[in-house]
Amino acid sequence: MNDLYLIYKNMTRKPLRLFLTCFAIFIAFLIYGAVTTLKSALDAGIDLAADNRLVVVNKINFTQPLPIAYAQKVAVVDGVEHVSYANWFGGYYQEARNQVVAMAVEPESWLQVYEREIVLPPEQRAAWLVNRQGVVVGENLAQRLGWKIGDRVPVSSSIFSHKDGGHTWDFVVEGIFTGSDPQHDTNSMYLHFKYFMETQSFGGEWIGWITLTTADAAQNQRIADEIDSGFANSQAETDTSTEEAFSKAFIEQIGNIGLIIFGVVFMAFFTILILVGNTMALAIRERTGEIAVLKTLGFAATRIFKMVLAESLLIALIGGLAGLGAAWLVIEGAKGTMAQFLPSLVLDSGIALQALLFMLLLGLVTGLLPAFNALRLNIVTAFNRG
Amino acid sequence: MSQDVLFQLNGVNKSFVKGKEEISIFNDLNLTIDRGDFVAIMGPSGSGKTTLLNMLGGVDQPSGGEIWFDGSRMDNLNESALTRWRAHNIGFIFQFYNLMPMLNAARNVELPLLLTKLSKAQRKKNVETALALVGLSDRARHMPSEMSGGQQQRVAIARAVVSDPKLILCDEPTGDLDRVTADEILEMLQLLNRDHGKTIVMVTHDPSAAKYANRTLHLDKGKFVQRELVA
Repeated sequence: MNDLYLIYKNMTRKPLRLFLTCFAIFIAFLIYGAVTTLKSALDAGIDLAADNRLVVVNKINFTQPLPIAYAQKVAVVDGVEHVSYANWFGGYYQEARNQVVAMAVEPESWLQVYEREIVLPPEQRAAWLVNRQGVVVGENLAQRLGWKIGDRVPVSSSIFSHKDGGHTWDFVVEGIFTGSDPQHDTNSMYLHFKYFMETQSFGGEWIGWITLTTADAAQNQRIADEIDSGFANSQAETDTSTEEAFSKAFIEQIGNIGLIIFGVVFMAFFTILILVGNTMALAIRERTGEIAVLKTLGFAATRIFKMVLAESLLIALIGGLAGLGAAWLVIEGAKGTMAQFLPSLVLDSGIALQALLFMLLLGLVTGLLPAFNALRLNIVTAFNRG
Repeated sequence: MSQDVLFQLNGVNKSFVKGKEEISIFNDLNLTIDRGDFVAIMGPSGSGKTTLLNMLGGVDQPSGGEIWFDGSRMDNLNESALTRWRAHNIGFIFQFYNLMPMLNAARNVELPLLLTKLSKAQRKKNVETALALVGLSDRARHMPSEMSGGQQQRVAIARAVVSDPKLILCDEPTGDLDRVTADEILEMLQLLNRDHGKTIVMVTHDPSAAKYANRTLHLDKGKFVQRELVA
């Protein structure tokens, strides 16, 4: 027997109370883990956005197209380094629930604009550039759908129809790319813009948006102003912003996510704090006589203080780690269906570490007062009370 | 101080303040307890028996005077020094046994040994010896709730002696037991005193219990009113 055994026996003496307390903490950290991961995924685009990358969209809103000729005009603006363009494909594999984030892009310039994010072996890059039916697929997407290099994959579009009448295109997987950062999106697929335009029934020389890099981030504003003023009073006026601002504006369409998350997490934690704090105080108060006996036998007050605090920390860690584990399972389960909207949905080590710190804080805050009461407990008073 | 003297109280005062009034419990109390003695302290409620026992056990301090234990003065020790002193020198037996309800008999007996540097094996051996001494070897794995009052008090006695303290303090050890069981417990205390040389101080209301002691001290209004030697 040692102090840890005593802590364990004290903790488990009322299993139902222990279960309910741990369950409350479990719920708090399940919410915390899931919601924080969601926010992190929503912010990923903002956090990972390159500061020298600009996005040009139709001024009406980003769902409206731009003429493809705009890309060439943008390229000659002073300070622009690389220009590429893309169009949303709206893909799914075999059935609608297997969503595929697919974009029709101009391959060479796309890889230049995203050279810091997209990691693709040179031979795969070369193979993709020469095969108009070829696609490059993110590692996560390939893993999820079981695709390998050389596979012929039929991908359908929920927006466009093929000239032949169907909605399905046959592609060849020429490359599987990874991200230079674990949070970089590898749930996407890129296809040749030209092949897509030539084979889809609507036709036309339209693109969804232009992405460009600037030689100097300090020149971003001037370049954006120059692009937008160049297309003023044209058939499709533009709105140019940094990639970060574009991602932020996209997310803010849903609402102030940060405030909503803070509210939910704060309410959950505050409720749990009161609940667990009250339970711990009650549990220690019930043991007043036993603490007095331990002190009488010669257990130092500081030793008892540490034991009470350790008990509180253990309860917070048991409930918290279980809750965080459950949040991880929920996130992993949701990944498949949410990949299209939130490609960076990952409960990463940063979130786990933050949650661990909150668990320790919860354990300390709820255990400190009962531990202090145990420390100060006067033996004579305790026996008289009993 | 004679080498035979274990405890000595010289001119001890104890008072406490209640509201605006200072209430004196002891005034100039003197007492000597020799090694190997078995002393019963009797007296009416409020006479100061438990307060005296608390001071002997170092859980309460006098307001004045001196307390000496085994040649060392202890009325001026601080809280943590007193805690260490209790762990090494005193075994306690309470009226309501005060066992830890979540620990079995063996674990309860082992508790004071957690304050020593004994190895796990040595602790186990000491626990077995103590439980054998009180005749409860076969109940080592039983929880307090699975034992009678007498058995629980025997576990408490085993806990009190397991670390081989110099003094055992008993606060109404038979107050919660029937006559037959009480006599068993008292015989056990007598055995510890007679055969194992343990010094015992016992507070009791029960004159039959006091007869097991070597001598009985009567406290009334904070003073010893009569000292009687029991043959």
